Amino acid sequence: MPNPEFEFDCIRRVLAGDKRLFHDLIRPCERSIYFLLYSLLKNETEAEDVAQETVIKVYQNLDKFRGESQFRTWVLSIARNEGLARLRKIGNRREDSLEAESDEQTGDYTPAILTNWREIPAEALEQKELGAILRRAIEGLPEIYRNVVLLRDIEEMDIRETGAALGISEASVKVRLHRARAMLQRVLAPQLKGFAPAKRRWLGGRA
Amino acid sequence: MRIDCKHVWEHISAYIDNDVDPVLRAEIDRHLETCEICSAVLDSTRNVVILIADDRVFELPAGFSERLHERIERELEESGESDPQI
Repeated sequence: MPNPEFEFDCIRRVLAGDKRLFHDLIRPCERSIYFLLYSLLKNETEAEDVAQETVIKVYQNLDKFRGESQFRTWVLSIARNEGLARLRKIGNRREDSLEAESDEQTGDYTPAILTNWREIPAEALEQKELGAILRRAIEGLPEIYRNVVLLRDIEEMDIRETGAALGISEASVKVRLHRARAMLQRVLAPQLKGFAPAKRRWLGGRA
Repeated sequence: MRIDCKHVWEHISAYIDNDVDPVLRAEIDRHLETCEICSAVLDSTRNVVILIADDRVFELPAGFSERLHERIERELEESGESDPQI
């Protein structure tokens, strides 16, 4: 989790010449940088490459950080710009459609209708298959929903920071998050049922 | 005012984030007490949100951090003794 006091102190010291502290400054942001770029580029190698370019750019521009947003938010907006530049460079036109779907557009966000949902405990993630199902569902979301889910639900950033990093309003974050979660519930609920712990047999559960 | 299932679904995400006003929250809670479907929709959505947040779902590629810091180290060395920011 970001710690603004630590960050400000670190930045001051790095700029004063204690450069190696930059390693500690960037470490808490690594995961978010990578997954934001992975969401954008959908390719591990490209995401890692652009992540490296991003941190170098952050280092070279550290004196431009004004502290008007959280450090991680600033870093992620650089990552996003670098990622979009890479998309243009590799001639991927997908970027053009990123904002094509407006937040006003209505869609069918009816959830999967079910009853008797039984909670899937986190321990079930020991089964590799469950993780794969969850990843596939998230990767299958349209880009504008996927990056909101990645920052908000996976990197656990708040609504404000998510909006600032993606350059969208807090209202848009909420709308997209709602739709994304509804899509995930619809896709995942039927698939996940099999991962619920078996009911005790004398209560009439599955054999 | 009685709210229907569709109305509840529209607020599920905000409800999970505790971002609905108290009056609406009370309405939703009242609906959930008697609606098995909406309770299951809420529970399953919340369960999905919790599961995807688990670090085991999305892991960094092996060696990502080491390679990143090696790259940083090279940049620090190349930037030499004189600090370009000053």
